[in-house]
Amino acid sequence: MADHLLELRNLSVDFFTAAGVVHAVRNVSYHLDRGETLAILGESGSGKSVSSSAIMNLIDMPPGRISSGEILLEGRDLLTMPASERREVNGRRIAMIFQDPLSHLNPVYTVGWQIREAMTTHGMATAEAEAETLRLLGRVGLPDPAHAMGKYPHEFSGGQRQRVMIAMALALRPDLLIADEPTTALDVTVQAEVLGLLKELQRETGMAVLIITHDLGVVAEIADRVVVMEKGVLVESGTVREVYKSPSHPYTKKLIAAAPGKGEMHREPAKAEPLLVVRDVRKRFGAFEALKGVSFDLAAGETLAIVGESGSGKSTLARMLLRLDEPDAGTAHWKGRDLFQLSPAELYKQRRELQMVFQDPTQSLNPRMTVYQLISEAWAIHPDILPKAKWRQRVADLLVQVGLSADLMGRYPHQFSGGQRQRIAIARALALEPRLIVCDEAVSALDVSVQAQVIALLDGLRRDMGLSFIFIAHDLPVVRDFADYVMVMRQGEVVEMGPVQQIFEAPREAYTRALFAASLDPDPDVQAAHRAARLERAS
Amino acid sequence: MLSFIRKRSLSSLLSLIGLLVMVFFLSRLTGDPAALFLPVEASAEMKQQFRELHGLNDPLLVQFGRYVGNVLTGDLGESLRKARPALDVVLEAFVWTLWLAAITMSLVASAAIVVGSLAAFRTGGFFDRLSSMVSLIGASVPDFWLAIVAIVVFSIQLAWLPTSGTGSVLHWILPIGVLFVRPFGIIVQVVRGSMISALSSAYVKTARAKGVKAGPIIFVHALRNAMLPVITVLGDQAASLLNGAVIVETIFGFPGVGKLMIDSILQRDFNVVLAAILVTAVAIFLMNVLIDLAYAVLDPRIRH
Repeated sequence: MADHLLELRNLSVDFFTAAGVVHAVRNVSYHLDRGETLAILGESGSGKSVSSSAIMNLIDMPPGRISSGEILLEGRDLLTMPASERREVNGRRIAMIFQDPLSHLNPVYTVGWQIREAMTTHGMATAEAEAETLRLLGRVGLPDPAHAMGKYPHEFSGGQRQRVMIAMALALRPDLLIADEPTTALDVTVQAEVLGLLKELQRETGMAVLIITHDLGVVAEIADRVVVMEKGVLVESGTVREVYKSPSHPYTKKLIAAAPGKGEMHREPAKAEPLLVVRDVRKRFGAFEALKGVSFDLAAGETLAIVGESGSGKSTLARMLLRLDEPDAGTAHWKGRDLFQLSPAELYKQRRELQMVFQDPTQSLNPRMTVYQLISEAWAIHPDILPKAKWRQRVADLLVQVGLSADLMGRYPHQFSGGQRQRIAIARALALEPRLIVCDEAVSALDVSVQAQVIALLDGLRRDMGLSFIFIAHDLPVVRDFADYVMVMRQGEVVEMGPVQQIFEAPREAYTRALFAASLDPDPDVQAAHRAARLERAS
Repeated sequence: MLSFIRKRSLSSLLSLIGLLVMVFFLSRLTGDPAALFLPVEASAEMKQQFRELHGLNDPLLVQFGRYVGNVLTGDLGESLRKARPALDVVLEAFVWTLWLAAITMSLVASAAIVVGSLAAFRTGGFFDRLSSMVSLIGASVPDFWLAIVAIVVFSIQLAWLPTSGTGSVLHWILPIGVLFVRPFGIIVQVVRGSMISALSSAYVKTARAKGVKAGPIIFVHALRNAMLPVITVLGDQAASLLNGAVIVETIFGFPGVGKLMIDSILQRDFNVVLAAILVTAVAIFLMNVLIDLAYAVLDPRIRH
């Protein structure tokens, strides 16, 4: 039997940490052939990136250690190869792109220099590498490649930076490209473009692609086969269709069931007296017009989702409503009073009714405060809510309400998982008994299965306590399960607004339709149909 | 780049004006110059004469205006002891200090960058621990003690090097060696810390994935990013040398600006003291502009 291009046999990787040995990957085996795309699917902590780091020799030892296994590249074990030969493999035979291209590009060198280096480091003459760089930048679709070569990473957009990374990785026409969450940080439309580019380049060069992702949609769009990982163990593998249609392992089943966007949509609520009336809000940052006149109403117990790509102004709008930023013009009447006109003292009183939950609970929770301190701080600031004697009991109630155990209140944020931390952030917001909670990408950083739980929690709070939500998101399926109304924004303007069913089933505007077309469906058949439709439109 | 330099120079100009104000009023706040300069037994008439001669009876603002005018035309007064323009006396000494500082800091920078980078490359290794120990000792040793020990060992017992003065290359070795130790110790630590974070950064991972060798990864990819905090501390250390390594220059009888300042204070040669403060301050300002330029050269994000 001929050798596979890449084959992992019983690979195990351990990490020695202060808390003991962590078996990051245990006895993992998979293989990959030329022209094929294999996806490694898993949530955080599954060890999905560890095996690829081992392939690229990127694991620091210590603390890491490869305790067993082989990594065969056309039958030769990379782990026993001499160091100089092993280094030649990187970049020439196997190349890699990463999740966050801004931090993965060196900020102090031009992109042209960095792409050239990928070639000169393997012995190509500078002049030749220079010409090739120009060609590559054109090939990955950067406008004005000659000019782009002399620019620095921070001068590009996120999608363009990922194109630069792709150009750099493909410079020496590697046999295998490893892509670690290559589109996770990108907008949906940009994600679709980048994945399309990867497929195109794969057809052109016949390379194999190993894509690491947490996103079933990405798997459905790009992969031929998939392996599913959970807690360092490979639990299932097969073709994408097989695994999606008839998963055999309970974890795979759970993962597929948790994919958002399949539940019943909310019906349009009966007309009610609006709680918040926003009219014609405008904001400029220098010459940049962030908001060009935004208006909407929101009633008690309703959820308004604001959907848009980066730069659409959705987060600016949220910050303005909480007066974390001052608007240039417009009004926002809350129970009849204009929030934008409140004096600092009045604002201080109003603020407890309007709370915010941020994207990254790791950053928004003070790491040196216990959960008890984090939640009860609200009552120290607003002492009229609750006498101190009742704080402990109320913290316990709140923790139970967000699905955590009350005896965890003495712990610090780092002792919790990402999903648990976001629950703590929600409990903190609830402590002030708010009427409106603004969630700015509050579930975007969470694993799919956790995401579903947090959404269910928020929806329960809305139902039971009559809370209103402004839910800012870039992920359409999540919005579908949670929102009553959807507002689509682009470049500071409202493109379209309406009840969730109308927006999802009969979008009026071309931009909304384009967003849906770019959004990836976890079902490979649906995704194949989308792709066919897209190609037809293009031709 | 040009507009960056222009903006930077303009803001230094403001600080320089502030400095002139401070230097002038500082000299007036320390007491009546006539009383300070003239011997204790001087008569009231002599003091009055002295004040008239030097315009000390005019209102303070008039005196300040005259002082600024004089400074702008390069006239910092006469050295009262040497009967030569104070500026000439200071510049003469300053050239010695400048050479001393420049040579010392070049040696410090090159040695500390290499040692710190290599220590960071293998944290916890033998070289890292050795260099940490050496640099910690270096940063803590008081220079007056080191200078005296160096003289005792190298000049008196071994008789390899002259104890003090100038005249040959050998005269430079001890002052430079002693001045080298503390900044070296401090900067090795800064380079090491800064390099550790640079080497664990995502772009270094990319470079490794490209197959770049260890040498270029350390000295091309990581070092340039790690240099920004290092430059700040380098500038700080260089400034303290330019200020006149007062103690070291005095111990080694080195005719630099530090020794001149001490001598002039002891001799109450006020104009020389003021001129020395002004000259070193201007030098430090120029150096800060250079540091900012170095920042801009190293990091394109600052340029924009």
